Amino acid sequence: MDAQSYMPIPPGIGMEENFFSLDDILLSHERLPCRTESAFPRLGFLEKSSETRDIPEGTKMEMPLWLAKGLYERKRRVVSVELPKVYREGWRTVFGADPAVVDLHKMGPYYYGLGSQMLHFDSPENTEIANTILQTFIGRFRRTMDSSQNAYNEDTSALVERLDCLERTLFKAGQSGLNSFQLWEKGRSSHLTASSLVINYRKRKITDLQA
Amino acid sequence: MFCEKAIELIRELHRMGDGQLPAFNEDSIRQVLEEMKALYEQNQSDVNEAKTEGKSELIPTIKFRHCCLLRNQRCIAAYLYDRLLRIRALRWEYGSVLPTTIRFHMCAEEMEWFNQYKKSLATYMRSIGGEEGLDITQDMKPPKSLYIEVRCLKDHGEFEIDDGTVILLKKNSQHFLPRWKCEQLIRQGVLEHVIS
Repeated sequence: MDAQSYMPIPPGIGMEENFFSLDDILLSHERLPCRTESAFPRLGFLEKSSETRDIPEGTKMEMPLWLAKGLYERKRRVVSVELPKVYREGWRTVFGADPAVVDLHKMGPYYYGLGSQMLHFDSPENTEIANTILQTFIGRFRRTMDSSQNAYNEDTSALVERLDCLERTLFKAGQSGLNSFQLWEKGRSSHLTASSLVINYRKRKITDLQA
Repeated sequence: MFCEKAIELIRELHRMGDGQLPAFNEDSIRQVLEEMKALYEQNQSDVNEAKTEGKSELIPTIKFRHCCLLRNQRCIAAYLYDRLLRIRALRWEYGSVLPTTIRFHMCAEEMEWFNQYKKSLATYMRSIGGEEGLDITQDMKPPKSLYIEVRCLKDHGEFEIDDGTVILLKKNSQHFLPRWKCEQLIRQGVLEHVIS
C-alpha cells in the first residue's frame, strides 16, 4: 500500500465548491449557454460576433460557470443561464430508463458536479434535475463499485471509459483498497518499497534527458 | 475571455495527479497579476465615473470585471497552495535533503517554507517518545523483523551502521542490515528490500 503523502483538496460536496480544490476550479471552467439580461458597456470586445463597444442586452453567449455564478442574482436580471441539454427533460427521461448504459464521460465529464452547480440558478426544473442526478448515481454506483473491486491486475480502461469524474475517483479508491488487500493477503504489506513519487521523478528525468 | 492564463496554471498542476512538483511558473503568474492590475484599474476608473456622473449602467460591467478579479485570485491562491501540499509530501517521501533537480523547481519562498516545515516537524518529533524523541517518518509499514536483506540498486558509497562497521554500497551488492537504517534509502530507491 502506498502511503499517500500528497493529499490535494477534494471537490466540494453537493452544491458547495471547495475554494482550493483544483477539480472544482476546472469544473467551474465549463461553459454554459447564457443570455445577458442587461447591457455590459465597454465589454464588446469579449463577444466575437458583436461589432459594438458594448455587449447589448439580450445577447446569447457562452459563459464559464464561475462567471455565470458570479453575475447571477435571484432578484435582479443580470444574466440568465440555460440548462445544458444533458439536464433537460429529454435526457432526463433517458437517464431514468437505464442510467447504467449512458456514457457519462462524453456527457460531462463533470455530470454530477456541473449538475449540482446548475441548481444555483433557480430553474423551475431544479427538483427534477436534482432527483435525476441522484437516481442516476444510485443506478450506476453498484456497477462501478463491483467492477473496481474485481478488476485486479488488468487493464481497466474499458471499465473507466464511460464514467464521469466523480465515478472515476470512486473507482480509483476501490482499486486502491483492492490492491492493498491483495498485498496484505500475500503477506507483502511489510515489504518496504521505493516511494512512487521518487520512481515517477526518476522516470521523468530519464525522458527529459532523452528529449 | 479573461482568466485564461490563470486556468492554465491549474491545468499544469492537475496534469500531475501523482503529486510531482513542476517548475515554478513565474512567467504565467506575472501575466495573471498584470491582467488583474488592468482589470482593477479599469474598474476604479468606471466606479469613479459611475459615482460622479451617475452612470449606473456601468455597474454590470464593474461586476463582470470584479468576478474576473476574484477568479484570478482563486486560481493563483489554489496554485500556490497545491504546490505547498506537494512540497510537504516531498519531506515525507524523500527525506530532509531534496535532490537538486527538485530544488530548482521551487521558488525562493517555497524553499523557505520547506525549511520551516522541516524544522516544525523535527521539533515535534523531538518532543514526543521520551528523551530521544520519535522519528515518525520511519516504520511507514508495520515492521516484521529487526534486520532485513537488501540489494543495492546503485552505487552509494560508504555507509556506517550503529556498531561502527562501514559497509560499501556498490551496485548489486547484497547486505543484511538493520531495518531502521535502511528505510530511508529504500524509499529513495537506492536499496531494494529483498524477500526470499
